[in-house]
Amino acid sequence: MLRKSAAMSGLPDARGRYGAFGGRYVPETLVPALDRLQFGVERYLQDAEFQAEFQHELKTWVGRPTALTLASTLSRRWGAEVWLKREDLAHTGAHKINNAVGQTLLAKRLGAKRIIAETGAGQHGVASAAAAARLGMPCMVYMGAVDVERQAPNVGRMQLLGATVVPVTGGDQTLRAAIDEALRDWVSDPNGTYYSLGSAVGPHPYPYLVRELQAVIGREARAQMLEQAGGLPEVAVACVGGGSNAIGLFHPFLGDAAVQLIGVEAGGRGAGLGDNAASLTFGTPGVLQGSYTLILQDAFGQVRETHSVSAGLDYSGVGPEHAYLMKSGRVTYESATDDEALDALAECAKCEGILPAIESAHAFFGARRYAQAHPGSRILIGCSGRGDKDMPILQRTLLKGFG
Amino acid sequence: MTQEAPPVAPCDTISAAIQAAVAKGRPALVGFLTAGFPTRREFKANLAAVASVCDVVEIGVPFSDPMADGTTIQRASFVALNDGVTLTWILEELNSLESRHTAPIILMSYLNPLLCIGLEALPRAAAAAGVAGFIVPDLPFEESGDLKRALQHEGLALVQMVTPVTPPERLAMLCREAKGFVYAVTMTGTTGAQNGSLTEVPPEVLEYMARVKACSSVPVCAGFGIRSREQVARFAGHVDGVVVGSALVEVLERGEDVRAFLRSLR
Repeated sequence: MLRKSAAMSGLPDARGRYGAFGGRYVPETLVPALDRLQFGVERYLQDAEFQAEFQHELKTWVGRPTALTLASTLSRRWGAEVWLKREDLAHTGAHKINNAVGQTLLAKRLGAKRIIAETGAGQHGVASAAAAARLGMPCMVYMGAVDVERQAPNVGRMQLLGATVVPVTGGDQTLRAAIDEALRDWVSDPNGTYYSLGSAVGPHPYPYLVRELQAVIGREARAQMLEQAGGLPEVAVACVGGGSNAIGLFHPFLGDAAVQLIGVEAGGRGAGLGDNAASLTFGTPGVLQGSYTLILQDAFGQVRETHSVSAGLDYSGVGPEHAYLMKSGRVTYESATDDEALDALAECAKCEGILPAIESAHAFFGARRYAQAHPGSRILIGCSGRGDKDMPILQRTLLKGFG
Repeated sequence: MTQEAPPVAPCDTISAAIQAAVAKGRPALVGFLTAGFPTRREFKANLAAVASVCDVVEIGVPFSDPMADGTTIQRASFVALNDGVTLTWILEELNSLESRHTAPIILMSYLNPLLCIGLEALPRAAAAAGVAGFIVPDLPFEESGDLKRALQHEGLALVQMVTPVTPPERLAMLCREAKGFVYAVTMTGTTGAQNGSLTEVPPEVLEYMARVKACSSVPVCAGFGIRSREQVARFAGHVDGVVVGSALVEVLERGEDVRAFLRSLR
């Protein structure tokens, strides 16, 4: 599996580069820890025993394969053939669990004593807490104080799953600050702690590891499209924050030249610096949190705060492979604003009986825009998660008018 | 050395300043202050105070994501950023000093602000401002080639960090190319950590310093968590210098006497 997908793009190279992007920009203390992780990835990811255990957990605990659903009402309304890859049906409610299970299994094999994780929307935190509970590891989750407030239901879930949730009050108090704090924890105990990074970002080999663990989304979706729809989609659309669900969906389709790939970023309130989280659309090259990628920064190289109604996309950087895929032209990236995403969420909920996460709703909006420009097309949408955790913010937005 | 290079490369002034202290029978004192903290207005005076006691001065360039720093320097960085401190401003301030300090100046900066100025413009601008070298905490050896080559054009050092978890072969490799001094991080952790175990400076830390010394042809300075006269005395004879950062920034934060604090460490 690893060989095949690596051969498809040949990336990353030995230094963890995707073209100019990627690499490994970390304090010297973490270099041996990343070397150990790299060793673990090479030793175990393709190991038959590891794969057997991973696939068993995915099947019997996560509930894979997740369904591919024909969205018949959306298809009619949009004048298209719309298929949904239902990661919202995965255990804990989003694609994040695929990665969390894989990394926790890897952590155990590497002899780690504890798992730490960062979380934005809380989905990776919940997934990490659940995987750690399932596999018998202590787990600590760093979460920006702003996110603790806006994703309160997930904080309680993590605690019930036995994790310690640490609110991060430094920096921007969102995902970026949570990653900084998790890195500081890891620097303090590089030998005993395993850092389970939740997105396809950070220093090599994380973007690669997360992609390989999430590629199950695209592999399943591709096979299901052939079987249920009778052919590949004309386009696959996914939301992009750090970009783990998008790279997981896209990667198995990279070799299918006829399949267009569209990533949809958080356009927030608009184009101004600080008004969105669209690093690919508006960012410039720089180094953030271990990786050379596109980031939202000012003229002096200071990373700027972002805005998105969706906590899971509210991040100033993006996975380096996405930066590469944009430059190479293989994937097109665009954005959807807060209002556009909320509108798409409401439409999907009412028409399909599926409440997608606000993150995923960005992809639904991107797909609708594509359908309008390309009538009759066959569209695959990555429905990366469910929106139950968004109820507090939906109460304050979409539900404001509902007595 | 090329003909255009100055007779003494700036990076060698760092080693020389540290060796001069050792020749006097004490470890060199390397003092760290976050630029423009607590305010931009006080920067030159604070710099002068630190430079008057320390053998080498490290000026911290504030960054939005200081992942290697503990709470003190994080706090100072955010205050400085909010006050409008930028690398360009720091270089302008250094350029406008009435006279240069004897103690060599090193800039400690995360990589991204340096990339923003550009690897072509940075070494010239830094050298012109009297900077002798850089410490870049998020730039490991494998990624450091471009910056190192750029700095070498102006004879500037890129100070290499090593840590207690650096394996022996890697330690040898890191020390081999070191310029200025080798920054031996005392513990796994962030800057300023008040790790109980370091208060006493246990024998294994001194043994680790001896391993670093054995690999390095440039001076070795210990840093992270050093805040007391007792610790400095314990390191004496085992390293060529000590770096005092967070403790000094806390003195600045409380508005106390910088010179008196630094003298108390000797």
